[in-house]
Amino acid sequence: MADATATAAFWSEARHLAVENKLTLVAGLILVGLCVLAIGGAAMAPYDPLTTDVSATLKGPSLAHWFGTDALGRDLLSRVIVATRLDLGMAVGAVALSFLCGTTLGAVGGYLGGWADGLIGRVMDTIMAFPLFVLAMGIVAALGNSVANIVLATAIINLPFYARFARAEVNVRRELTYVDAARMGGNAPARVLARHIVPNILPTMAVQASLNLGWAILNAAGLSFIGLGVRPPMPEWGIMVSEGASYIISGEWWTFAFPGFALVLAVFCFNLIGDGLRDLIDPRRRT
Amino acid sequence: MSSLITVAKRVSSAVPSLIGVVIVTFLLARALPGDPAAYYAGASATPESIAQIRAKLGLDRSWLVQFGDYVNHLVHGDLGQSVSSGAPVLTDLATRLPASIELTGAALLFALLLGLPLGILAATRPGSPVDHLCRVLVTVGAAFPTFFVALLLVFVFYFKLGIAPEPLGRLNEIYQTAPPTVTGLLLVDTLLAGDGEAFRAAFGQLVLPAVSLGLFALAPIARITRAAMLEALASDYARTARAMGLARGRIVFVYALRNAALPIVNILGMVFSFLLGANVLVEQVFAWPGIGAYAVKAVIASDYAAVQGFVLMMAVVFILLNLGVDLLAAAMDPRVRYDG
Amino acid sequence: MPNPSSRFSPATACLAAAAALLAGTAAPVAAATPRDVLIEVAEHGPNSLDPMTPAANETSQLVAWQIYDRLVTHALKATPDGKTVYDASKLEPELAESWTVDPDGKTMVFHLRKDAVFHDGSPVTAADVKWSFDRAIAAGGFPAIQMAAGSLTDPKQFTAVDDHTFKITLDAANKLTMPDLTVPVPDIMNAKLALSHATAEDPWALNWTREHDAGGGPYKIASWKPGDQIVFERFDAWKSGPAPAMKRVVYREIASPGTRRALLEKGDVDVSIGLPPKDYAELASAGKVNVIGTLMQNEMFYVDLSTTTKPFDNKLVRQAVAYAVPYAAIMSQALYGRGEPMFGADPKAPYAPKWPVASPYQTDLAKAKDLLKQAGYPDGFKTEMFIDMSQSTVQEPMALLIQEQLKKIGIDMAITKVPGSEWFARMGSKKLPMDINYFYGWLDYPEYFYFWTYDGKNNSVFNTPNYVNPALDELTNAARFEKEPAKYDALISKMNTIAMDDVPRIPIAHLFSDIALQKDVKGYVYWFHTNLDYRFITKN
Repeated sequence: MADATATAAFWSEARHLAVENKLTLVAGLILVGLCVLAIGGAAMAPYDPLTTDVSATLKGPSLAHWFGTDALGRDLLSRVIVATRLDLGMAVGAVALSFLCGTTLGAVGGYLGGWADGLIGRVMDTIMAFPLFVLAMGIVAALGNSVANIVLATAIINLPFYARFARAEVNVRRELTYVDAARMGGNAPARVLARHIVPNILPTMAVQASLNLGWAILNAAGLSFIGLGVRPPMPEWGIMVSEGASYIISGEWWTFAFPGFALVLAVFCFNLIGDGLRDLIDPRRRT
Repeated sequence: MSSLITVAKRVSSAVPSLIGVVIVTFLLARALPGDPAAYYAGASATPESIAQIRAKLGLDRSWLVQFGDYVNHLVHGDLGQSVSSGAPVLTDLATRLPASIELTGAALLFALLLGLPLGILAATRPGSPVDHLCRVLVTVGAAFPTFFVALLLVFVFYFKLGIAPEPLGRLNEIYQTAPPTVTGLLLVDTLLAGDGEAFRAAFGQLVLPAVSLGLFALAPIARITRAAMLEALASDYARTARAMGLARGRIVFVYALRNAALPIVNILGMVFSFLLGANVLVEQVFAWPGIGAYAVKAVIASDYAAVQGFVLMMAVVFILLNLGVDLLAAAMDPRVRYDG
Repeated sequence: MPNPSSRFSPATACLAAAAALLAGTAAPVAAATPRDVLIEVAEHGPNSLDPMTPAANETSQLVAWQIYDRLVTHALKATPDGKTVYDASKLEPELAESWTVDPDGKTMVFHLRKDAVFHDGSPVTAADVKWSFDRAIAAGGFPAIQMAAGSLTDPKQFTAVDDHTFKITLDAANKLTMPDLTVPVPDIMNAKLALSHATAEDPWALNWTREHDAGGGPYKIASWKPGDQIVFERFDAWKSGPAPAMKRVVYREIASPGTRRALLEKGDVDVSIGLPPKDYAELASAGKVNVIGTLMQNEMFYVDLSTTTKPFDNKLVRQAVAYAVPYAAIMSQALYGRGEPMFGADPKAPYAPKWPVASPYQTDLAKAKDLLKQAGYPDGFKTEMFIDMSQSTVQEPMALLIQEQLKKIGIDMAITKVPGSEWFARMGSKKLPMDINYFYGWLDYPEYFYFWTYDGKNNSVFNTPNYVNPALDELTNAARFEKEPAKYDALISKMNTIAMDDVPRIPIAHLFSDIALQKDVKGYVYWFHTNLDYRFITKN
């Protein structure tokens, strides 16, 4: 897809799908909105997300506080807005890390075969042999609950997904005619892999990455639920939901509903974009 | 002949990852923060009482000696004793595993029953409102954190509406008598015992946790089904079949579904792994006496033996599962070979 | 792509099936629990049925309280506000129907009930008592320390005079000896039964009693699933007190406090313990269930400031922080009023000879700033506060309030949550600049509290600020052996003065021991160990 016609065709396809597939368009718009919030951060929040107000604790949504206030009287709207950067940042960081490492490892293993494949496969099997959430929990518990460690743990547990997927795709593709032809043409394995195989599996992997962004957010929320989230007072959606969860029974629904809604919206948006991306890059999808 | 060798090769290839798992579990458990001796010395701890407990737990020896001990005990089928429950880890796990299997199985069944048809339906009418609806349903289901769904379900169906039983584990033994343990799966055991009442009660207890957990698995299953079905339906043989005038239902269910089965089976292994992980959070909410809740407690309490035993058992289950998935995939797709 | 022609819709069918499935589970929700069965839900359960086993947790003491007898116990008394609490000043017979103490307080003779039997039907003899006492000392760890508090340190001190007479001798009289016999440590065990399960490596049969009942108390173990539930059954041949009303008690472990509250509000359980203060406050004001909050004995909830870490080694800095803490906000937003304030006392009035007492500090930022300036930190400093993750419902909002307040006087305080498993080790390290903590004593003597938390010589894990003040240590030691009330009171008042002025820990509150019960559940008694005593529970 290096030449101009292919690029033009790609964009026309994108336009076509965006118009036809309104859901993806909506998801795209949400993503833009989330990005704006992530970049704007505290500047866009009506209040300081950390300032407590003992006179206005656990107040429901009002004109002054659109999302209500939490147990310490902090403005939930501001906290939800400010949390966007951290949440998206953690998810993107974790997925980028596992995407890069996983795809490379899987593709190399799948193409080369032999001991390299065996070794990578065993390492991935070892990671896969753990229930993923429990492994993430173990890693964060062992290393301490900092943002970097949550990102690292999420990246590690997602590694095998990319590696195995890439390996399987490469495994199938390396026997295909065009790859054979490239090999026969005297291309080195690295070149064959980089020029002819990886570009062809990347789109599929990108879909996986987009879906994984949602998983990464959920993973962090799960860690927060058992007390392994980022340290206070940093606002983070997962922690806000799990804090709010304890108010379900007493009826202060806004404490968990709004951050939960933000979290669900982000995951929802990434998942839809993953789907849209698949439609976009899959030529077989054309009608 | 070659297939037998393939199987043997794949099976033997599981051994290194088992060894890897033994090492990693040991290291992970040791890397847990905190001093279990200090923790269990508790309220009136003194340096002496901590030292006493440390010696009792064997924590004062070198890691190498502890690892040697660990392997030696493993060989003899001894997973050590859990400090938090006081029982041998193997007993703890054995009594809790059926509860988790029952829950995970029910969740998977729920997800498959809902996810497969959703995916197929979406694939047969891509771009249609039905497709979008499926997409939204599935995506929304996957976008909710499991513990959030679990708490919400408890709140709505138990607390507000009162139509679900109390979230108190597998069977309320105040009103019901547990059937004699045969399989450990309460739904099966109650039927074997012919106790309809208990079956109904156990089933009622299972629904909310299984749904909370299953919603999580719905998305990957439906999504993969849709994608695989789309691919299969767009393939040459499906076109040919259509051109030949074969009935649509036959094309979808016989030809396309059979070809779409490979990626679906592949994803099931991962989904199962995800479910057992998510189990941890759901079991916590529903007081489900399974291994997930056990593991959380063990990690939080730095209960080395329990963490090791749990992860090791999971590892064995997973290695077997991956083995099965790979072999199944190999049997279904001749393009995948094992020549490592 | 060609339009699909057929109109099958498996997804819709499945959705309908799922809906039917959900509706079908409408199991009959029982309105009330059976009348002679008590159902208690809590966060943690026992990891052993015997507190003597190494690594036994605190809940094992709850079990021991129900399934074992002690020689003596305390009487009960009513408080002015209508609660029932144990009477620390009055002892009552349990397994010993009578006892005598020599005038010099060095010899105690106990006459056992002749009709008392263990759960297996065998009679209780003085030999069983002697073996049980020997064992509590031999077990080491916490039991041995608790025994030592009552000067019970050597098996030679214990004699089985005859089948029903047991004698304790001391080197010197100790006022803690008798109260120490009522705690769930010198539990009377069935020696013959336990010994039949002893091995060469395990001469005290600790491995067996961990999982089995060797007692003769009012309840026996019907079943125990570690990590899940424990079921107690009334022992009908119990002779050491009036027969309990509850035939069975089910103790369930439920991790989620929200679920524990919901179960109680729905009437599916009788008792719910370990709820967050907010839930107790709301349940109490809603009035659907009974919430009983009793001020804990010899207890204090406070902020520790490490006296050996800069800049808290400077007394002025500690006092500055004590003037900066937002006390009122903590009481309302972290504790929801489930405790008695321990701040804002009249600085001119002398301290009462008791514990806990309120500190003279109250929120005064100007004073705090001034003290910081005097101490040489006019622009504040950076520090870190540690909190116990398992207590974060209360401690996290509290830490956040303090963090915000300290910022106003230039102190930049980070918050670190420590997992429960690591907490004691971190406390023991004595390297936490700031932390939130609490302590309560089983025995109701101020000097007992001081010994564990302020004493520099003992310097136990609870002296987290690593506070060493030889003058105070001397006073504490003197108070332990002071017999004359006036002198004793003077000592305690003086100790309080030093503790408040040096302020290694900033008093916040004297907490309630809270419990929530159904309206028809009566007979709750507050005990020093804060566990529920099933013997007195009735339902109408």
